[in-house]
This record gives sequence, C-alpha cells and structure tokens, in this order.
Amino acid sequence: MSGNSTIGEAAIRAGCQCYFGYPITPQNELTEYMAAHLGRKKGCSFIQAESEIAAINMVYGASLVGARAMTSSSSPGISLKQEGISYLAACELPAVIVNMSRGGPGLGSISASQSDYFQATRGGGHGDYRTIVLAPSSGQELADLTHRAFDLADKYQIPVIILGDGMLGQMMEPVEFKHEAPEELPIRGNALRGAKGRPSRIIKTFTSKPTELEEINWSLFRRYQLIRKEETAFETFLVEDAKLIVVAFGIAARIAKGAIKNARTNGMRVGMLRPVTLWPFPSEKVKELAKRTRHFLVFEMNMGQMIEDVQLALEGKGEVSFYGRPGGVIPTPSEVLRVVSRLYHQKGLESGK
Amino acid sequence: MRKVYTRPRLLKRVPFHYCPGCGHSVVHRVMTELIDEMNLGDRIIGIPPPGCSVFAYHYFDVDMAESAHGRGAAVATGIKRAFPEAIVFTYQGDGDLAAIGTAETIHAANRGERITAIFINNAVYGMTGGQMAPTTLSDQVTTTTPYGRDTKIEGYPIRMSEIVALIRGAVYIERTAVNSPANIRKTKKAIRKAFQAQIDDLGFSLVEILSPCPTNWRMTPLESWQWIDKVMTKEFPLGVIKDITGKNDAD
Repeated sequence: MSGNSTIGEAAIRAGCQCYFGYPITPQNELTEYMAAHLGRKKGCSFIQAESEIAAINMVYGASLVGARAMTSSSSPGISLKQEGISYLAACELPAVIVNMSRGGPGLGSISASQSDYFQATRGGGHGDYRTIVLAPSSGQELADLTHRAFDLADKYQIPVIILGDGMLGQMMEPVEFKHEAPEELPIRGNALRGAKGRPSRIIKTFTSKPTELEEINWSLFRRYQLIRKEETAFETFLVEDAKLIVVAFGIAARIAKGAIKNARTNGMRVGMLRPVTLWPFPSEKVKELAKRTRHFLVFEMNMGQMIEDVQLALEGKGEVSFYGRPGGVIPTPSEVLRVVSRLYHQKGLESGK
Repeated sequence: MRKVYTRPRLLKRVPFHYCPGCGHSVVHRVMTELIDEMNLGDRIIGIPPPGCSVFAYHYFDVDMAESAHGRGAAVATGIKRAFPEAIVFTYQGDGDLAAIGTAETIHAANRGERITAIFINNAVYGMTGGQMAPTTLSDQVTTTTPYGRDTKIEGYPIRMSEIVALIRGAVYIERTAVNSPANIRKTKKAIRKAFQAQIDDLGFSLVEILSPCPTNWRMTPLESWQWIDKVMTKEFPLGVIKDITGKNDAD
C-alpha cells in the first residue's frame, strides 16, 4: 500500500470524520483515498476545497463542533495553512495536519525533502505556540503515527503535524493496521453543539486585554511543558558502543540506517538517534548519549535545520558535523556511508580509544 | 397592558461597545429576536468576523466561535458538514466577505452549503479606522482614498450579492438596510427567509445589510441614515436579488 493511502486508511480507522484537502503533488493519493473511502461514509464528510486556506478553516470548523478532522498537503500548501493552524493552536482545538513535504523554497520541486523542519517545529504561523510534530520513517509507522496523531490531538487539544515527505508518500510497503474504525466517538465536552440545556459557549482568543491573552499563552505553555515531559519519542539504533552517532529523522533516518549497517560490517562503531517526535525534540536523550559519545553527525535532506536542536541539546558538550542534501535530492545509503567513513577517519575514531 | 417591546431573550444583558448610530447593534437585536422567535437558540452556531463585530459573541447568547478574516464561510462549512443538525451563520463585513474572503464565500455558495451569511456592508473597514473597502463608493473619501475613490485607480464598488446570485448553489439573496424602522423590519424578514432556506435544506443564503458607520463616515447618526438612502442605495439597490426557494410569499 502506498504511504499516502496508508495515512488515509489509518485516519479512517482512527475515527477521522472529516477530511478537507486541496490537490498538490506529492500527496494527492491521500486526498483521493479519502474521496473514495471517507466521502460516502455515514456521518463523515470529504470536501475538495477551493484552497488550502479554505481546507484548514473547514478543519477548524469541524473541530469546533467536536469532530475528528484532518487535512493534508505538501510544503507550499502547508505555508498557506499556517494561518489556520495558528487559530487552531490558539483556540486549543485538536486537528491532524499532514505535510508530505517537497523541495523548497517557493514552488520548489515535487521531490522528497525535509526543508520544512523549522516551519513544523517552531509553530509555523504567527504567535507563540507549538504543535506536536510526528516524523514517520516507514509505511508501518505512517499507519501507527497517524492513529497516534488523532489521540494526541484529542488528549492535549492541540493540532498535530505529521511531517512526512514525497518519498514516504509514494513508497509501497506492507502495512498492518492495528485498529478497526470505531462505531462512534464520544463528542468532546467543550465542543460547540448549540446551547441546548446549557449556557451558550464561546470559542475565541481575541481580547482587548493583554493580561487575558498573556494568561492564554501561559496556559498553552504549561501544556507544552507537559507534552515535552510525557510525549517525547525517539528510536535509537546501535548507540551503546557508538563512537559516532548519526542523528536523522523520517526518510533520511531510513537511508542512514542502511549506511550504518554497512559501516558496522566495516568495523566502524556507528549508531543512530532518530527523533520520532520532532517537537518535542528528544533533547534529554541527546544529552544522555553525549555522556558516552562525543561525535554526532546530523544528516538531513535540507541545509541544516534539526542540527540547531541537536546543538542546543548538546550545549557544546559534543562535536557536531552535518551532511545535507536540499532541493529534493535523495541521497543514497552509499553516499551517506562515504560521509560517515570520512568523518570517522578524520576524527581518528578507528584508533580504538 | 399589552407589552409591545422588550429586550430579546438571547441578547445578553451587557452594554454594546458599538459607536452611537452604528448598524451592528440594530442587526444584533433583530437577529437575536429572530433566533428566539424561530426557536433556533439551542442549535444555532454563529461565526463573527475580525472587525468591530468580533465581539458579537459578547451579545448573542448562542454558541459562537471566532474566525480568521475572510474565512467565515469555510469555517461554517466545516461546522455544518460535521454537525448537519446545526443552523450555522456567518456574520461578515464587506472587507471580510467581499475582499479577503471572496473565494471562500463564492465556493461555499457554489457547493450550496446550507449556511447563511449575514453581510454587513458599511463601505469602509470600520475597526481598523475607516480605510477603503471593496464596497467603498466612487469618490467616497476614506483614510486610504483621501482624495476620494478614483475608479481608474482603485476600481469600482463591488456588488457581491449580485455576483453570488449568479452561483447555482445560492438560493436566497436579499439586500436590505437598517436606516429606518421599515427597513429594519424588512431586514428581519429577509434573515428569516435566509434561515428558513437553510432549515429547508435548500442551499446557501445571504442577506446583505447596508449599515451606517457614522464614526468613519464622519457623519451624525441621522446624516448616516440619510446617506444610505441618498447615496448608498443608488450603487447597492435594495430588494430581493435572488429567490429560488419556491416560497415567495404574497406580502
């Protein structure tokens, strides 16, 4: 099953009731999957919207009334959605936003890229907010993290971004879905459903009193602290004895894994840290690894974005190198292996220290 | 003694923040009265816009949520699709509905979304201090047309209701004003028909209301009422623009 279709099926099985999207390559199969499988489902709605902006605002509307709602796009379209994501974050509304990212800036290319890391992990739109950012690296993980995205969004009343890329979306892989679609989901307690048997309800952030808005920001911040504590997720691979740790996410981590396996057969003690949540970033894990390993190689399909989080986490207590391919170029495992080998020798790591 | 006039039950007991002579408070009153009369209070959801009327949710005693500028029709679409039992209205200004939100409005209408747009046309951007709106009249002075709107440079006042009327999914469109007791009554009747079109599952409905903004027009409330009659209605004629609800009543 293609990665894009996998997300669609996983979303339906997570109880997604509304999908609103707008065509953009390389994520169209997801929109098409939802048109075919969600659009005629009882109690569900699919709209091919007039724009990405309209689509995210439809998601906002559906979330207001308590529905599990999703939209998807690719990089330029995600830029257009930022206004709506900011409003979702401000009004503490759950939603799932999928970015099967492509090369940028501008119209860029339709090939896989990771150049939206900053946009995804720093909020993306205006104002002081965060979104949970999940970075799957395989078909199976697309399914699992899509389901988790809906749960996290509801649990913390927050928009959740799935940051994939054009390659993950197109790849065909066997996938096991672990959940059946729920018959009916409970309506969120604070949803707008009409003021029947209760006082009327307002969902808004606008206020003429700065101290009121300050309190909203504090309330969001406290929730973000809780999410940092509870939901940070990562995968480690052969880090126990590693002299060099590659830090990579998403499809880049998949490529790096192949390179690391080959490095190991060549006797190099290389491991990997793969953040699964890009926000919250596994800073504590990076710190912990730095107690045993001095050298880190950040590998991204961009000009160096996650590297800033690695450097922040290390606080100067490790040496960080970088290898990146921007613009939609997809590096090969052997290319990454060459970079790893060169760095390994340059740093004198084979000397058995 | 018969009580002929009372505060609408669904109008919260707080003083309006609107300027003296502003049309918003009149429209709020008429709408809350109507929502109660039509017994919609427990299933209606309103989407006020950024602008002076962002605070509509402080006055309407019904469920409401804010929308980004221009996105009301998209937000209302999401609400209605996820919760079809709701009666959903957007409350939008001229900049909101006829400039930044043109695409959302036209496409919601084209899908025949069962929502109602209440379109307040006061020919200026009110809350930001009286800049040119898409509906600003030719030669009208605003803070961004200090020499008057020159149609060669700034284009023409846009007749959004007539544009939306061309769209098949739109079933009821009327332009009214709130500058006289008679016109206020007509406004209430128009909104009733618009809500009814939604209740009857017919399609998109829109009521454009010419509404005075004495502060930004630099007029007294009375002068602003007169200006609507003498100037504004020449560009924006009042009346039913489209009605394919099949419910034309005789009066």
